[in-house]
Parts: sequence; structure tokens; C-alpha cells
Amino acid sequence: MLRQLEGSHAIARSVALCRPRVVCAYPISPQTHILEGLEELIRSGKLQNCEYLNVESEMGALSVAIGAEAAGVRSYTATSSQGLLYMIEAVYNASGLELPIVMTLGNRALGSPINIWNDHSDAMSVRDSGWVMFFAETNQEAADLHILAFMVAEKMRCPVIVNVDGFILTHAYDRVDIPSQEAVDEFLPPYAPNISLDVDSPMAVGTMVPPEYFMEVRCLAHRKHEDSLALIERAGSTFEEKFGRNSGGLLRGYSLQNADTIVVAMGSVAGTIKDVVDELNHEGGKFGELTIVCYRPFPREALRNSLKNSKRIIVVEKSLAVGVGGILSQEIELAMKGCNVEIISVIAGLGGRNITKSTLKEHFSKKNHEKMTFLDLRNDIIADQYRPICSAAVKAEKTCPIQP
Amino acid sequence: MSHPTIGNRLVKNVTVQSMRDRPNCLTSGHRACQGCGEALGARCVLDAAYAATGGKIAVVNATGCLEVFSCVYPENSWQVPWLHSLFGNAPAVATGVAAAFKQQGKSDVRIIAQGGDGALSDIGMGCLSGMFERNDDVLCVCYDNQAYMNTGVQRSGATPAFARTATTLPTGNYLGNDAQTGKNLPKIAMAHEIPYVATASIGNIHDLEEKVTKAIHIRGAKYLHVHVPCPLGWGYSPSDTIKIARAAVQCGLFPLFEMERGKIMKSTPIKDPVKVDDYLKSQRRFAHLFGKSASPEALAALQDIADNNIRDYALAENANG
Amino acid sequence: MDKSMDKPFATVLGPATSLSNKTGSWRTMRPEYINMLPPCNATCPAGENIQQWLSFAQEGKFREAWDVMVKDNPFPAIMGRICYHTCEKVCNRNQFDGAVNINLLERSIGDIAIANGWQFKPVLETKKKILIIGGGPSGLSAAYFLRKLGYGVTIYESNIKLGGMMRYGVPRYRLPGNIMDTEIRRIIDLGVNVVCDRRVRSVRDEIRGFDATYIAVGAYRAAKTSAEIADGANVIDAVDFFRKLEDAPLGLPNFGKKVVVYGGGNTAVDAARTVLRLGAESVKIVYRRTINNLSAHDTEIHDALSEGIEVMCLRTISAVNNGKVLLNVMNYDEENDVLSKTDKTDWLPADSVIFAIGQSLDEGILKEMPEISVSEQGVIEIDKNMMTGAKGIFAGGDVIMGKRTVTHAIGGGKKAAKCIDAYLRGQEPVANVKNQTAAFKRLNMTYFSHNPRIDVSRLGDISFEEKDISYSDLKIVAEASRCFSCGNCFHCDNCYGYCPDNAIKKHQDGSLEINLDYCKGCGICVAECPCGAMKMTLDE
Repeated sequence: MLRQLEGSHAIARSVALCRPRVVCAYPISPQTHILEGLEELIRSGKLQNCEYLNVESEMGALSVAIGAEAAGVRSYTATSSQGLLYMIEAVYNASGLELPIVMTLGNRALGSPINIWNDHSDAMSVRDSGWVMFFAETNQEAADLHILAFMVAEKMRCPVIVNVDGFILTHAYDRVDIPSQEAVDEFLPPYAPNISLDVDSPMAVGTMVPPEYFMEVRCLAHRKHEDSLALIERAGSTFEEKFGRNSGGLLRGYSLQNADTIVVAMGSVAGTIKDVVDELNHEGGKFGELTIVCYRPFPREALRNSLKNSKRIIVVEKSLAVGVGGILSQEIELAMKGCNVEIISVIAGLGGRNITKSTLKEHFSKKNHEKMTFLDLRNDIIADQYRPICSAAVKAEKTCPIQP
Repeated sequence: MSHPTIGNRLVKNVTVQSMRDRPNCLTSGHRACQGCGEALGARCVLDAAYAATGGKIAVVNATGCLEVFSCVYPENSWQVPWLHSLFGNAPAVATGVAAAFKQQGKSDVRIIAQGGDGALSDIGMGCLSGMFERNDDVLCVCYDNQAYMNTGVQRSGATPAFARTATTLPTGNYLGNDAQTGKNLPKIAMAHEIPYVATASIGNIHDLEEKVTKAIHIRGAKYLHVHVPCPLGWGYSPSDTIKIARAAVQCGLFPLFEMERGKIMKSTPIKDPVKVDDYLKSQRRFAHLFGKSASPEALAALQDIADNNIRDYALAENANG
Repeated sequence: MDKSMDKPFATVLGPATSLSNKTGSWRTMRPEYINMLPPCNATCPAGENIQQWLSFAQEGKFREAWDVMVKDNPFPAIMGRICYHTCEKVCNRNQFDGAVNINLLERSIGDIAIANGWQFKPVLETKKKILIIGGGPSGLSAAYFLRKLGYGVTIYESNIKLGGMMRYGVPRYRLPGNIMDTEIRRIIDLGVNVVCDRRVRSVRDEIRGFDATYIAVGAYRAAKTSAEIADGANVIDAVDFFRKLEDAPLGLPNFGKKVVVYGGGNTAVDAARTVLRLGAESVKIVYRRTINNLSAHDTEIHDALSEGIEVMCLRTISAVNNGKVLLNVMNYDEENDVLSKTDKTDWLPADSVIFAIGQSLDEGILKEMPEISVSEQGVIEIDKNMMTGAKGIFAGGDVIMGKRTVTHAIGGGKKAAKCIDAYLRGQEPVANVKNQTAAFKRLNMTYFSHNPRIDVSRLGDISFEEKDISYSDLKIVAEASRCFSCGNCFHCDNCYGYCPDNAIKKHQDGSLEINLDYCKGCGICVAECPCGAMKMTLDE
């Protein structure tokens, strides 16, 4: 049923349709409206047979979910930014224990300096944690991805993060089709836990693993991720068959045919980029757009296939590995190894900086690109504030050697 | 005046630990040091809970000695459902288990969160406090060996005054762990006004089992603080674990009591009192308080702590009437 | 666990897989259960396993307790009265809150046996035939043990009744006749051939037809006094006194109002207390050394004094006249044990005098048997297996060197039976393996609470009636439960319960076993054993 909903509430309704039995969270902007929505659904009886717990921290939130999953019930939590960092130890723990928890990450910048607005730094901080990571482009996809997330998590026995751009999606009202309970029940079977704390068949969960076996544990996790790509892709098409919407899967291409330049992005910015692509193509350009829906496991082959015929790839990413550069762009570079294609990294929208069509258009239109660009950077401030103190120190040492 | 033996052939099954078919929730083959008080404490607590519930318990274990020595792949010493997540989150994980069991209609399965003093009084204090204030249906058991033993005997918030640890090495005028520091976790638990808080010692298995048996059936948050001497960290012969545990109680430094909803309900009077000095002398971690560089002030301060306990918890033999 | 195939590798494990980790390999020392000899057992002349019967008594299993007693001593009710219980002197509980009242417990359980008519298990087989000369405690004890071994036993007793010194040396207020008769009867009922009133004049003449002989005739010849005894003085020796009292009371002299007993042993005290009961108004014991040197048992001295009997120490009787005795004051150098007469003398009124200054063997029975030698002290010499110089002839009880108590006699009879059995089978008797005695310092007092001994005074009216002091069943259990079980496991389960490695197996019968697969050798079990029944040893 189509409704005008805030992104967070759409997510809450979608999660509720997945019949979680334990929901726990600790408030942090911009995730708060999701848990408020869920709390209300539970208290009002719209979501039955579900425990809602207000916990004392994000560490507690994910830990409660870990306990609940290990005891054999479907569990859900949500967080953002610093909250994710605060629970990061449990993030690694949940995937190590192969517990199919679903968590929404209302994407937000990481401090310091503290900043509550959107970027993908928080998501990137757990990119190697072994969780499956989806990025939602729209409120509709945000809602849909949660249904897919539970399905994939439980089939794969792996936790899933659904990334939803903070404020841009979480707090934006849009028309969202909330599927019927019956349809979701058909798509998502009841949870059949692989691990459960059972007094009749006691098990120890969470052993210490010595060097003799640790590599194998990690290798198996890696293999599982690689093996799951087909499942995730198939889940997307099944979802489309069932619900008539192209949500989920690994990648979503736009105007890729005959495109010389393909812009790669994740999350809500893809919509803006598509508008720019349309405008540029209308003006005679050969542009395409590729959205990465499933960032982890990293769909390397699918990416390569989608991008290999292009001449130039522009990666627009909302995060920065300080001292390295773009994260996604490097991963794409690796995926495209051997292909004769130029890869350009655009760092955009950090800490909620607006990404406008005009600057994107201007940038995409350039003939010669720098390898990496900070989009809409206020160069006057940089020029004013940048002090190469280290090289100055090295220079000073060279003229005046350190006394022995 | 005496301490009861664990069993007695003249009385049938006085303790779970004396039962031939006791559950041995923590079974043989674990890698605890010789004479480990924590291994014994964990078995006693869980066996009592197991016996009291007909085997319906599930355990969440914090990281620490207990977890490391009991469950290293491929050797698991537990015979009950057991879950280890992290160092600081055991009470929260247990909350999750409790919520799940409630949803599954398995509230007859009782949940125990357990860990050391580091896991519960320091790194996991937030999660513990949260579990308490929500009154989650979990029995949290702290095996207190008064320092971070697993990492090599560093100071914790439960390390007693003047104790030597790897991070409070007495040197010069420094007499080991500063007095007036540390925290009293049972009192912190009590401040949450949860239904049940108690202390116990592996030197008194009867008392310990009674408290576990009582606590395990109470709905809501429960806390049990068990004193478990550590031969390695405290510096005494492994054979003396029980003797030391008993002496800690007998000298007044470790009072045994029960609290309900924030009030002291009952304390166990001291049998055969022991001087604090004698308790301290038996451990290398206090050796610097004796001999050449002896500190009468430090000893007096520790005796004061014991005396205050004896007064505050009414531990004198005739105090309870 | 097949199901685990589907579980995450390594991070999830089935229960108790650590049992494959045999932590016993860490060990350098290992605990061991030991059985030590409790001091009571160690010192008991009859070799009773006191601790074992106390442990049955604790459980209220009186029959089992009695069965243990009679393994070593066929006279529990008798010994529970007249044994001088050295066991209690050495009881480790003396160092805590007073010895266990072993003697009264033995009596109480012995009385229960009599009340319930408990009998020894009958023995049918009779192998070889053995003659026992003397039906006193040693002879009867030997008869009992030999009969249990299946031998045919014949006792020749010179008196008209069996019992020896139990009957003719112990007064009835200490040992009622019916108790004695019942316990003797039990032995005879095992099929012992008894001939009373048969005085053996010469051993040599009697042994024909027997495969072995045990001489246990006792020491019935009263020692001769050096005192001058005036004609007509009213004088009797203790041996005669007790025999007449038992068999022919009419033959006893009239002792008068003031009686003097001379001697310092149990016989002297018994005689003094007996004559008091016969109507004497004043009874004085005259003794050469100090009161501390009296060889009579403390309780007997105490009771005698309580009954008004006076002990005159450092005196000797030099002469007995009609109505008075002449006493010489003695000087006793206690340190060097030198006794000497002084010049001081004293007359003491005495209507009669009983001499209780010692007894010896009547050597006459050994005539024409030069191979049996009698020592200077007037006792038969025997080898380590209790055999005299004559092959197949053994001797024991008061006729050999050693302490002359009924308990020693019973122990001697038991040993003689064992030696005779070995001799007849052409073997050496199996030596008793004696464990080390468990000292007080081995015990862990933490586990014992102060619980005072249940004492009952034996002192009653001055009569020949025995005072009934036996414990009730409840008190038996209570007093027996005071036993520390020195050096022997009493199944307190401390080792089992305190082992951090579950390395102790508890069997169906409650017995315990170290599981060396997992024992790390921490030693908690040994430290917390209340009774010192464990020790650490080097692990090979």
C-alpha cells in the first residue's frame, strides 16, 4: 500500500513486517525515528510477539541482539556513526558467531569533530567486519532492503547492515509502498536458527580458536561471502518478481549502454547523479550510472562486467580514508585491473555537505580529471589553514642536524 | 563453630557438590591453573543452579580466565548451553537471551551471566548496570579474584588496598594499590534496588549453594558476588585456595550477606575469627606490608576495613542473635 | 555430534569435548588416599578397630559396630566395663575437647548385643584339636578365635566357673555376673568343649591327643609378704579373697570394722572397695610409694576415694598383730625410683588385712617339662610366636611377661590363636601390617566443632549392684560422632567437592578415587581433608 511516510517510519514498518522477536536500540541521530517507530508499533500491538528493549548503550544494543539470536530468535537493532563505533567490538563478534542479525545504519559522519550529518564514514569503518552491507538509494528501497536483508542474513547465516543515508532518507517524507504481511510472510519464511542455546542439546558458542584453526575460520568466512553473491543477486530478482520493484540485488545500472563515462555511487546520491547523467546525455554526452546496492560482499565480477566497456569511471563516494584517499574507488580500481579504463575518485558530501547537480555536472563534464577531487571544497579555507609543518620540520632538520 | 564439610555420609546430599551424580556443568579437561578458585566457583554455582532448575539453565560468559581456560577449540568443558560474546557485554547478551526465551515461552530456562571482576566491575559495568535497572530476568555472577588475572595480574576496580599487582608494584614509598580506591560491586548492585544481591565464597559451599538456589528462581535481576582466590595472582600455594577463601571471610575483609531490594536482609556471622594480618601474610601480594619495610599504618587501614565490615554487616558470631 | 557438521566451524562446540585433554600430565605431585592407624587402634591391647565400629555407631548401625568389635574382642560388654581404655588416653580429641568416650560406647553397644541376643556365627568345621589350659580371658579369647578358624577346642578350667580373673579378680559392682556369663556363653556356644573344676597338675600329662596346647592358667599364687604376721591375725590375700567371695562366700573371714588393704594396683583398689561393700566401716589402702605412683587406674582410685577409702602413701606393713598393723614410713626418691625404709614407725588399728601385693604363676604344672623355661620373674618364656620351648605348646595371658590386664589377655589370646593356626599349617603367622599412627597435627580442625564428651559417672551407691550408665541409642550416635576418624576417610566429600578439576570419582558406595587423567596435583583435597586420610606424593 502506497503511503506518504518518513524514511525511518517506512523502515520501521518494513522491519515489523519481518516479525522480529527482539528489537533493541540506543538512540542516536539520525537513527532515532526508526526505533521510535518500532516501539510504537510494538506498544500499539501492531507488531506482536516482540520484545522491545531500551538499552544503556550501543554496545548493549547489539549485545542484546547477539544474545537473542544465539537463543534462536530473529533480532533487529539500528544505530549510526559514533554508536556504531561504540558497538564495533560486538559488530565483529556477531559476524564471527554467524548470527543473522539485521541492523540499520543511519549513515552519519564520524567525529571528531562531532557532526551529525550524513556521509558514509561510519559504514566504511565496518567494511571488513564480515557483515553483508546494503546501501539504499530511496526510501522505498530502504524499506525493501530490510525484508531482503532478513532473508539473505538467515539463508547465509551472516548479519546484514542496511545503510540508509542519515536525514536524506531517514528524515525525508516520500511515497513508499509497504507490502502486505502475507506477501512478506511468503517471501521470508519463519526463522529457523542454526544456533540456539538449547538445554536439551547444549552447545558452547563462541570458543577461543587457536592459531592452528583461526586462518581456516577466516578463510571460510571469506568463501561464504564470495559464495553468497549469487544468492543476493537471485534474492533481488525474486523480490522483483514478487513485489514488482527493482530493489536489492548487487548492482543497479542506469543508461549504461554505450556509456563512455560511468559514474559509480552508493546510496541516495545515485538519484542526483542519474539526473545529471540524463542532462549530460541530453546534451550529447555518453554517460551512465552504476549504483552499488550490495557493497559487502564486494561484487567484483559484476562490477567488472558492467564497467569494462567504459573509458572512464568516476567514483563518487561519501567517505575518505585519511592518508589514502577514496575507499570505493580503490576497490573498483582493483576490480578493473587490466582493463584500459581511467578511474577517478570524487570525495563528496562529507559531514552533510550538499552535493548539488550543478557541481556534479560541472565535474563530470571536465575533460581532464585529477585522480582525486574533493567536490565543492572551500579552497580558500584550505589555502589559509594548511601548514606543511612536517615537511617544514624535516627541512629544518636538514639545515640544522640533530645534536647527537 | 566449625565449617561444615561439603558432604557427610550421615546426611543425604547436603550439598550438590557432594552428590555422586552432580551435573559437573564445568567438567574436566579445562585449562585452569592448579588450585583455581574460579574454576571451582563456577562449577559450584552452575551445579547448584542446574540442580535447582532440573537442568534448565543457559550461561553467558564474559571474556576472561574462565572463558579462556574452559573453551578453547576443540576442547569445551561446559555441559550446559554456553555463550561467550565479549569481555564487556555478558549482562547485555544475557538480557537478549532472556528476551528470546521469553518470546519462545521458555521462561523456565534460567539465565546466568558470569564473568570476572574485571568484566563486571570495570569494562562491563555499563551493561551490568543496564541489566540491573531494566530488572532483566538474569542472575549475574561475578567471580571476584580481585585483578585482571588472564592478562597477567593487573589492577582492577576490585583490587584491594595495598595489594601488589603487575600495575601496582610496591616501590619506595608506594605500598601497592592505593587505599580509598576501587569499587564495591555488591553495593552498586544494591543501589539498583534489584530483587536480590548476595556475596558468597568458595570457602563456604553450603552458603553459596543456598544463595544460588534462592537467586535462580527469583524473577528479575539478581547479582551474586563470589570470592575466588587465585593462587597465581595472589601468590600462595595452590593447595591453600580454600583456606585463603575461608580466611578472607573469617577476618572480615569479605563479608557474606544477602540484600533484597536495596536492604541488607541477612549476614553470615564469622566463625573462628582470623586476624587480618594472618590472612594477608599468607599471600605474596601483601608480603611488602611485612618484614623490613613493614607498614603498620597500611595493616591498620586494612584491619579498619575488616572491622567496619564486621560492624556494618553485623558479622560478629553473636550479632545475629 | 553429527548436528555440529552444520554448525559454524570451531566457534561452536558440543559439550564436554575437553575430556580429551588429560590435564593429569601437568602434575608433579599427586594426592593419594591413605589409611593411617588411629592412636586408639594403635594402643588397644586387643587390637580393636575402634574407629571402624565408631563409624558404624555414628550411623546407628549398632549390629555392624558390634560385628566389628567382636572381630578382635569377644567381650564387648565386659571390656566396656573393665577395660582400662588406654585408647581414650591417646585419643586425638583430648587435644581439642576431650577424648571420645570409647569405653562407655563399647559397653553400651555390648549391652545392646546382650539385650538383643546377638550371637556369633556358628562354625561347623572342626579341624585339629587344641587344648586350652585355663578358662580366663586369654584362654577364652584363644578358644573363640581358634574356634572361628575351625579348630576343635577343649578348655580345662581349675575353678568351678569360667572367667578367670574377670570372675575371680574383678568385683561384681564393676562387672555383673550375668553380663560376664552371657558373653562367655556366646563363646562356648560356638562349640567349645569345657571342663571346669579340672585342675591340671602337670601339663605334660594332659597334652596327649591334642595337636597344640595353650597354657593360660594365669597367675594365682599370691606373692608372699615379708611382714611378720602374728598368729591369729586376720589376714587374707586378694586372690583368696575374691575366689571365696565368688565361689564360697561363707568361707570368708569376718573382716571387722577396720580393714587395711596393702598394695597399689587395681586388685588392691578392687579389694578395698569390695570389703567396704561387705560392711567394713573404715578401709585404708597402704601403699609404699606416692599416690601418683599407684598403678591402679585413675578412675578406680577416684571412685575409691569418693567412696571414703583412704590411701596411706609412703608406708609399708612390717607386722600384723591382732587388731593393728605396724607401718614403716618409706622414703621414695621418685626421680631415681629408689625406695627405702625410714626408722619411723606407726601403729594403725586394723581388724583385718588384705594383701594385694602381686601374684605369680604356679610353676608346678610345668614339672617334667624342662624344655619350657620359666624366667627369673616367674613367667613362662615364649618365642615371638608365643610358643614355649616345647613344640606345639603355647602360653599367654598372665603367665607370660607383659601387662596383666584383661584387655592384654584378650589380645594375647587372639595372637595365640593366630600363631597356633600358623604352626599347625606349618607356616609363619602373617605379620600385622601396621600403618603409621595418625597424629593430631595431621587433622584439619576447621571442620570439627567443639562438642563436649558425654561423660557419665560410674559412681553409684556403695553396693554390689552395678550402676546403669549405658548410653541411650541417641547418645551412642552423638558420642560416636565425636570421633575425628584420624587418618581414615569418613566420606565427608571435601576432596570430591573442592577439586577444581572434578578429578575425583565418587563410587556408588561413596568411596572415592583420584582420577589421575585430570588431577593437576594442586593439593586442595589433601589440605582440606579433615582427618589426614590423604597425602601428596611425588608423581613418577
